[in-house]
Amino acid sequence: MERNLMKGNEALAEAAIRAGCKCFFGYPITPQTELAAYMAKRMNKAGGVFLQAESEIAAINMVLGAASTGVRAMTSSSSPGISLKSEGISYIAGSDLPAVIINVQRGGPGLGGIQPSQADYWQATKALGHGDFHLLVYAPASVQEMVDMVVKAFDKADEYRMPAMILADGLLGQMMEPVSFPEISANPTDKSSWAADGHKGKREHHIVNSLYLKPDELEKSVADRFARYDAIKASETDAELYLTEDCDILLCAFGATARVVKSAVNEARAQGIKAGLFRPKTLWPFPEKELNEAAKSAKKLLSVEMSMGQMIDDIKLAINCSKPVEFYGRTGGVIPNPAEILAEIKKVGGAE
Amino acid sequence: MAATEIILAGFGGQGVLFAGKILAYCGLLDNKELSWLPSYGPEMRGGTANCSVCISDEPIGSPLVTTPDILIAMNQPSFDKFINDVKPGGKVFYDSTLIESDCSRTDIEIFAIPSTKLADENELKGGSNIVLLGKVIKETGIFTLDTMKKCIEKVVPPTKAQLIANNFKAIEIGMNN
Repeated sequence: MERNLMKGNEALAEAAIRAGCKCFFGYPITPQTELAAYMAKRMNKAGGVFLQAESEIAAINMVLGAASTGVRAMTSSSSPGISLKSEGISYIAGSDLPAVIINVQRGGPGLGGIQPSQADYWQATKALGHGDFHLLVYAPASVQEMVDMVVKAFDKADEYRMPAMILADGLLGQMMEPVSFPEISANPTDKSSWAADGHKGKREHHIVNSLYLKPDELEKSVADRFARYDAIKASETDAELYLTEDCDILLCAFGATARVVKSAVNEARAQGIKAGLFRPKTLWPFPEKELNEAAKSAKKLLSVEMSMGQMIDDIKLAINCSKPVEFYGRTGGVIPNPAEILAEIKKVGGAE
Repeated sequence: MAATEIILAGFGGQGVLFAGKILAYCGLLDNKELSWLPSYGPEMRGGTANCSVCISDEPIGSPLVTTPDILIAMNQPSFDKFINDVKPGGKVFYDSTLIESDCSRTDIEIFAIPSTKLADENELKGGSNIVLLGKVIKETGIFTLDTMKKCIEKVVPPTKAQLIANNFKAIEIGMNN
C-alpha cells in the first residue's frame, strides 16, 4: 500500500472524506486548523460541504442539523472550542444522532496554551455536556491510527446512533508520519427509519428531538440509551497490551504519551526492569477487561498522562483498587520525555 | 540502524521546516520509519522555528527530539540553544555566514559551512538550507544523493518545477564545500 507523508490533522480530514463524510462545519483554532484548511480545499471537490461557521456553537448545531438528515457530518476543534460545543453535543446525544467530533487537545483551563495536552480526558469521558449520556471516545497514538479511528468512529456512530469523538492532541495533529489509506468502503447504514430527509407525502414525519416534558417518557428514553451503552461496554473496548505478560510494573498511557512511555518501557527492559504498557484505544468505553488482563502479574501500576491525573481514576475503578496505582504527569503543554518516565519507573518500581 | 534524531533550527522563513520535510521524505522513499514534528506557536514569528525529525528502522516512540544526533543550525539563537543538547558523538552543521561558534565541546563533530554566502554567490537566494542538507548527506551518509534528488522532485510543487535544478545545484555545492 502506498505510504504518504501527512500531518495528523490532514490525515484526519482525508480519512473523514474517504469514510463518506459529506458535511464539515468548523471554526479555526490552533493546533487543529490544518484539518479545517484541508477540508476547505478538498471537500467541495469530493462532493461535500465545507462551511466555516461564525462560531463553534454554530458549527456544532450545523452538525446536529446535517446529522438529522442522515448524512455523515463532522466538526473539529481544540479544547476551548470543544467546551463551546458541549451544549450541542448533549443535544446530539439526546437526539440519538450519529456524528464525529474531533478534539486536538491543547493545554487548559481557560484559553490555556496551544501546546499538546491530555487534560480533556474527564470532559470527553465523563461530562461532555449536561445530562445522562456518553460518547464513544477513541484515542489514537499515531497518524495511521488517526485514519483508522476516524473511519471506525463514523461506522460505530451510525451503528449505535450516538456521537463519537477522536481525542487527539497537538503533538499528533502537528506531526507528520507515513500513513496509508486502506480501501475504505463507506459503510452505508440504513437511516430511513429515523432520518428527517423529506417524506414527500409518502410517510409520517420523522421528528428529531431531545425534549421530553413528561418525566417518565424522558426516563424511558435515557434508560433505552443506557441499555445500548451496556451493549457497547461489552463489545467495543479496545486496547494495546505491550510486554505485559510478565511485567512487575504496568505503565498506563494513551495517545501521544503512550509513544513516549513505550520508549521508556523498552529502556527499562534493557536495564532488566520488567515493565509493560497498557494503552487504551477506546477511553469510553474504558477497556476494563483488557486492563485486568494486562495487570495480572503487575505489583504496581503507573499512570502517565499529560494532565494532573485523570485517567488514573478509571484505572483504579477498573482494577477495583486491588493494587497500588501511582501517577506521573506533565501538564500545561509540557511533553514528558522517556528519561523522566524511566526515572519514575525506577522510583515507584523500587528497582533501585 | 538505530534511530537517528535530528533537530533543524533557524529563523522562520529560512526554510528549516522545509529542509526537515525533505529529510522526512527521504526516509519515506528509503522505506524507513520516520516522524517530523514542527515547533508551532508564536515563537515562529521572527524568533526561532525548529523541527524534530526521527529516522529509524523501528517504530518511532517520542517524535520530540531533545538530544539530537544531528543538529542543523541556521541562526545564532538556535545554535546557542541546542549545541549543548547534541549527543556525544553527534554532528553539528551550521551556517557560518550567520553564526559565530564559541563551542568548546570536543565530543562532537562540528561542520561550519558559509551556506548563505555560498547560496548567494551562486544565485541560489534562499537555498542556504539545501546547501546545508548537501553537507549533511556527505558527512553522515544518512541518505544518498540519489534519494535526496528523487525527494526534491517529489516535494517541489509542479508550479515551481523550475526550482528543481536550483535545489540540485545547492545540494552539490553543499557536498563540495
